[in-house]
Parts: sequence; structure tokens; C-alpha cells
Amino acid sequence: MNFGTVIVGAGQSGLNVAVRLRALGYDKPIALVGEEAQPPYQRPPLSKKFMSGSVDMSSLLLRPMDFYKEQSIELLLGVRGALLDTARRRLTLSDDRELGYEHLVLATGTRAREWPEAAGGHLSGVHVLRSMEHAQALQRRLVPGQTLVVVGGGFIGLEVAATARQAGMNVTVLEQAPRILQRVAGPEVSQRLRALHEANGVRVLEHQQTRAIRGHAGAVRELELGGGQVLSADLVLVGIGAVPNTELASAAGLDVQDGILVDRFGQTRAPGVYACGDCARFPWNGSTLRLESVHNAMAQSDGVAQSILQRAVPYVPVPWFWSDQYGCKLQMVGISTGHDRVVVRDTGATATQGASFWYFRTGRLLAVEALNDMAAFAQARRWLEQNNSPDPDELAQPSVALKDLTLRESAAHFGTHDDVLPQL
Amino acid sequence: MPNVTWILADGSRVAADVKEGVTLMDAAVSKGVHGVIGECGGGLMCATCHVYVDPEFTRLTGEASPMESDLLDTTSAPRLPESRLSCQLLATAALDGLVLRVPAA
Repeated sequence: MNFGTVIVGAGQSGLNVAVRLRALGYDKPIALVGEEAQPPYQRPPLSKKFMSGSVDMSSLLLRPMDFYKEQSIELLLGVRGALLDTARRRLTLSDDRELGYEHLVLATGTRAREWPEAAGGHLSGVHVLRSMEHAQALQRRLVPGQTLVVVGGGFIGLEVAATARQAGMNVTVLEQAPRILQRVAGPEVSQRLRALHEANGVRVLEHQQTRAIRGHAGAVRELELGGGQVLSADLVLVGIGAVPNTELASAAGLDVQDGILVDRFGQTRAPGVYACGDCARFPWNGSTLRLESVHNAMAQSDGVAQSILQRAVPYVPVPWFWSDQYGCKLQMVGISTGHDRVVVRDTGATATQGASFWYFRTGRLLAVEALNDMAAFAQARRWLEQNNSPDPDELAQPSVALKDLTLRESAAHFGTHDDVLPQL
Repeated sequence: MPNVTWILADGSRVAADVKEGVTLMDAAVSKGVHGVIGECGGGLMCATCHVYVDPEFTRLTGEASPMESDLLDTTSAPRLPESRLSCQLLATAALDGLVLRVPAA
């Protein structure tokens, strides 16, 4: 079978390549290859509304089945890309079918990092969460009165903790770093979200190593912590990060470094081969960045579709992220790395009232984290997209409204350096 | 089922019968209405499902909530009195004949 474009990975990013290609008038055959049995669906609700049972599987589907037929997108589900021959421009699938392509997009996403088998990862009752199947398995184990221990205080862990707590479970979160969300958010946000979890009856233990998960007759029973302390558990969720799916790319000889390396146009080193979404590492301010977010999945795949159509649109995103726990909205925009000042705008003392945290470097706005403060998030996002910075000293005065702040243009903003991939 | 028409930025039209209770963002995405993205899946987190409601129908669709209003301030296309995020609009029988204009990206 020969296609104009073959997309490996039918998540939000892979699907969006196909959607955008068709919207931009691309008329050659498109194949969308997905490993899971389900047609493309939204992952963010898996840890929240889907797990709590308030939305069903069909409402997570990104498009109805008719859509694929109407748009002539060949959906190949339940198969993986097994072998990529970039010289002959052929992809062999796990069921031995061979697809020829002009353009190939790797949108292979990530997988949940698993707990080592030798330390109890094989026990029944030890779960990870990435797919709908994972969420369904976890959902069946949400039993009121039973005990869930979450290993890892990142977004997935905290969202599942909140959902399970609201379903009546006893919940403990273990985080080995000094604070939850250390990798993704500032200390203020960590502290307020910890307080929010505690107020809802979740125990949060930071700076706490998990040494092993132990069981009896193949089922999880307890966790052994670094200090020798033992916690009993009926259910364990391991939320210790994600690993990009780069095996197909590596085996094909593409450059891989915790992600498939691409240039600003989403292109890998092989002609006609692109990557986008969670699995792709792209140039960013003289270095490289890999993001795991819906916004990145959508925006980068749009760029790849443009590249396929030979309209080079460089990918210079203002990334943003969100989480939702106990109805509290956390929204983050920009990347705070390298900040030298944080300005707090507080409209309330608790996480459920609004607050925002503004990160600056040499007086230039880098990023904002907002808790239940849509106005701050929305305004910050717009300013970052327009290369504007508010005056940090004015910002620090809560009496000055956001719209009244003095703005100045940020000379050096995201991605304005002449980024070059050293490997390419 | 109410019939809803989207007028796209290029002037073309897409019409669909929408099941009651479905959001008009979900309906637009399902029909492949170009310009309605729904990045956050209807969680009132982004503003990528911005539409202009035909003034004839604004009385029925009501006012944006304060949070929706904050987000509407950030849309790339200009905010107009009839601006709404279509994830916040549910299809109802009363909205039969509704016309939504999709802003240019």
C-alpha cells in the first residue's frame, strides 16, 4: 500500500497532522497508524472525569468514526510501526503489512515509566496511567474505604489522588523530591497544592523514597519506604514520569536524545521524515526541549502539516499546560527555567481562591503559574505571545490592576536565538 | 435536533443537526469545522473554540460566565459583544436555525 503521508501514532498530535493536512487542501492518501484498539481520543480526562465515571469512553473520542471516512483518512488501529526504512521510504507494521510513503510522521508519544519488576512492579494492584485501558483498569479498583498509595507527586499522581479521594479512598502520595511537582512548577504552587490535598484528607509525604512494593500471592500489600517505614496498600499508582517512544526512530538511524530530534520545522535528519508531540525534541533558546502537553501536541503537529505542504512555519511556541484537582484549576504558560525573580499576585490565601506567580529573568517575563486565576493566566498568555512584559515592580502591587500595568517589549523572547541542532 | 450553521472565515458554510445537550464546540470539531479547535476538550482552559453568535440568537445563548469572559479577552480574533466560547454553548431545541461565525485564525 502506498500513501502520500503515513502518520505513526494516533494520539492527539498524530491525528492533528491528518486533520490539518486535509484542512489545508492536501489530497493524497493519508494513513494514521495507532497501536491502541480505540480510535484517537483525549487523554487529559483519563485521570479526572473519565476515571470518576462522569464521562464515558465515547465522549473522549476526538472525532466520530464517520469523520475518517469523510476525510479519506485510513485509520489502521491495533498495529505498531515495526520497522522504518528511510532509504526506501517504507514502513513495516507489526502485522507485516508494508506501507510506502512520501512523508512519514512519527507521533509515537510516550509511555508511562514502569516500576521495576524486581521491586514489585509485577504485582497485581500496581498500576500506571497513560491509556484508556489503564484508566479502565484503575477505575475498577477505586473502592471506597480501601487504601491507594500514589508513588510520584507529579500531575498524573496528584490528579489520580484527587479522583480516588473523591471516590472515598484513603490516599497517600509519596514524592521522593523535597516537594511535589518539583519538576514542573514553582515552590509556591507545590505548597498550595499540597495544602489543598491535605485539606481534602490526602496524606502527602515529600522527600520520601519508595524502596520496594511488596505483595502476597501476587497481589500488592505494602510499600517499603527509604527509612524502613512500611505503608499498607490495596492499590498503588506509579506516576514517575513518561518515556518517549523512540525505538522505531533509533532503529531507523534517526537522532534520538530523550526524544526524536527535529528542527524547527519538525523535520528529522531523514528526508521526508518528521516528528511531533510528546516524542519530539525541538530547538529552544539555544538548547532543545521536549514537552508533554496537549498544546504542544496540537501546535507542533500543525507545523509538521505545514512543512509537508512546503510552507515552512518555524515552531516557536509559547507552551501552556493545565491541571485540575478538586475543581481547582492550575494553568501555566511559558517556561520558568533561569528565572531570577518571582512576583506573587495573591487574591486569596488558599489554593481555591485565586493566585498567580510571575517568573522574570532580568525584568523580562518568562512564565506564569495561575491557580484559579483565569484572568491572570489569560492575560499572561497574551503578553507572552505578543513578546510583552509587565513591569515587575508594578505587578507586585496588588492594587494595580493587570490591565493598568506598564508594558514593555521583550527584546529576546522564546526561540528568537538562531537555534541550530548540533546533530543535524 | 436543532440545526446549526457555521460560517467559516472563508465564507463557506457547514450545517449539521446537533443532538441536544452536545456542546457546539464538540459538534463543530466532529464536523471538521475549520477554526474551531477545542484544544482543552471543553475544560474552559483555552479559547480555541471562539465563535460569534448571530445577534438574533444572543438572547437565547445568554451571557458568558466571568471565567469564560476572562478567556474571551485572550482570543486572537477581536472580541465582540456576541463572542462566546462554543464549549459553553449546549445545543437545545430553541437554538434550531442558529448561525455561528467562526473568526479567522
